[in-house]
Amino acid sequence: MVEEIGTNTDGDLLINVGPQHPATHGVLHLVITLNGETIKKVEPHLGYIHRSIEKMCESLTYRQFIYVTSRMDYLSAHINNHACALCVEKGMQIEVPARAQVIRVIMDELTRIASHELWWGAMAMDIGAFTPFFHAFRERESINDIMEETCGARLTMNYMVPGGVMADLHPDFQKKVKAFISFYKTKIDEADELLTGNIIFQNRMKGVGILTKEDAISYGCTGPTARGSGVRCDIRKIYPYEIYNTLEFDEVIETGCDSLSRYLVRLKEIKQSLRIVEQLIDNIPEGDFQAKTKAVLKLPKGEFYSRVETARGELGVYIVSEGGTTPYRIKFRSPGFSNLSALDKMARGSKLGDLVAMMGTLDLVIPDIDR
Amino acid sequence: MWSLSGITNWVDQWLNATFNPTLTLIIEMVIVGVCVISLFAVLGLVLVIMERKVSAWMQIRLGPNRVGPKGMLQSFADTLKLLVKEGFTPNGADKFLFNLAPYLAIIVAMLLMAPIAFAKDFHMWNLNIGVLYVSAVSSISVISILMAGWASNNKYSLMGAMRSGAQIVSYELSAGLAILTIVVLTGSLNLNDIIQSQANGWWIFKGHIPAIIAFVIFIIAVTAETNRAPFDLAEAESELTAGFHTEYSGMKFALFFLAEYVNVFIVCAIGATLFLGGWMPFHIGNWQSFNHVMDFIPSSIWFMGKTFFLIFLIMWFRWTFPRLRIDQLLNLEWKYLLPISMFNILLVTAVAILGWHF
Repeated sequence: MVEEIGTNTDGDLLINVGPQHPATHGVLHLVITLNGETIKKVEPHLGYIHRSIEKMCESLTYRQFIYVTSRMDYLSAHINNHACALCVEKGMQIEVPARAQVIRVIMDELTRIASHELWWGAMAMDIGAFTPFFHAFRERESINDIMEETCGARLTMNYMVPGGVMADLHPDFQKKVKAFISFYKTKIDEADELLTGNIIFQNRMKGVGILTKEDAISYGCTGPTARGSGVRCDIRKIYPYEIYNTLEFDEVIETGCDSLSRYLVRLKEIKQSLRIVEQLIDNIPEGDFQAKTKAVLKLPKGEFYSRVETARGELGVYIVSEGGTTPYRIKFRSPGFSNLSALDKMARGSKLGDLVAMMGTLDLVIPDIDR
Repeated sequence: MWSLSGITNWVDQWLNATFNPTLTLIIEMVIVGVCVISLFAVLGLVLVIMERKVSAWMQIRLGPNRVGPKGMLQSFADTLKLLVKEGFTPNGADKFLFNLAPYLAIIVAMLLMAPIAFAKDFHMWNLNIGVLYVSAVSSISVISILMAGWASNNKYSLMGAMRSGAQIVSYELSAGLAILTIVVLTGSLNLNDIIQSQANGWWIFKGHIPAIIAFVIFIIAVTAETNRAPFDLAEAESELTAGFHTEYSGMKFALFFLAEYVNVFIVCAIGATLFLGGWMPFHIGNWQSFNHVMDFIPSSIWFMGKTFFLIFLIMWFRWTFPRLRIDQLLNLEWKYLLPISMFNILLVTAVAILGWHF
């Protein structure tokens, strides 16, 4: 009987948001306990898009398993591939040519811009403004076009391989990226003009979805979510990989701990990524784009771990090798999973409308959480 | 000057000459009914295509461009699709109320058409309490929304309906007080008298600051009352999927959709009548030749032009602003708009008594 009328024994309303719901951007299922419009509890239910990626990887060779990881966090496919390639390179002790390193970093940062652009549009849509979504897509499409020319794909690029990148840059790459940068610089402040300064938007974001610094650390939040709470956690700064230690860029940190801080961190990160791309685009060294590697890769017996900063936070790749051509066990530490776990803490006591805004600021990609 | 009243007078005379008075009245009522229903259909089609084109323009898209010239027949195709869809009633729904709600919504919108003057001497009912009638009837629409939300047996619908109830009841007050401002200035509740009083200048120009404050409050309040963004909490897509009409499909959904657009038209028509002079042409002081040229534009064009300008304004809001939260929405009304409107009423009373308006 309790089930039928959809209330629990305290008389609270239980509603299922998802797995098919416009706010969850995928097949996330939240069971929300409501008292009127006020949230008492949020319980995420996972598993709707679990594809056993970690198990699949155990039967794929070290060259093959990287392609599967594009399907985890599909908005930062390059960076996922990069993390896996780094881990294999660490195990094989492959020296990556300078050209490949620069290309990788440029691709990573372009991916980050594209991902944050899409997040901005989707976030605006979550709080009821439809127009930013289309403006964000205009910019993202031009990055996708650039990617398509060089990588042959627009979403799941599969461009990074152990030892470098799969193919050399398209001859037009530098020209197109420069054109994109100059175009993007005229549009980058549109975000502030259209949304950030809006009083309705400010009221919806300020002081909402508080995640204190202590909570952010104890829930294992990373990326812009944690940096919005004042935690220093940019892997590019604290554990630099590739050539990040030679580049000039700032780690964006906001101390507001609310939705607005997380929003501002991402907007400012776009500008930092743009700065990195600008530094590198004219200085791509000549040389090989891929190190000479054996046809069949075999990792020595042992455990290997690599970590990178994706658009959502820290992605860790942990490989246990028995010395064969396939990993014995592989584990991904995905940023979305930990960030989602903080949602209940953030949402308690706020209104239903704010829950959607908070989920927007967490920048959830469901296939990344479920894998 | 060409006018619609010529046609109505001619029809009336011809009918009176041909039939007896009772039959004439019945025939005229049937004609008016058919006109209202066709106006509804036309308005629905025009406003939907207008909204889609306006949103496309603001969102750097093309919008519908396949059906008919420049996609202008897209609404016909959509209507056809909705007509042939199954009218689905969910299990556990209160069948009677569930099916009644969309009709109630559309009937309210139809009733509201009655006192509006579409052109010079062209209205269905010259009601001496027109303003009061509009305020009273428009508040019935909340019943249809509550009915739809309750009868759907869906939690999203119920929440949407409850939000909508709180919202419409609150914003009625501000809208009513904004309308009262003009009533105070005019001294009449009759919409035709209000239009006539603006022959030498519209109230928004003549009424000093109180009229401008009232106009701004009126636009905000009616946007909220018609459940349009940024006050579309009743159907808040990202939170409540589609709010009170989540469970409706086919023609029953279309009726809600149509009622929403017609309501937008009606509130804009009321706004144009009260603040922008209804069908009165734009005159500047004693610029005789300019005023004469303005008089040549038919009164129906003036009315439609002003109404569609306001509709465009409301569409502009929708495609620009994010949505408010329910507590912020109610705060805005009870803490800001209502006190301002009350103060405004005092101000306008002083202005009217002292004769400071033009």
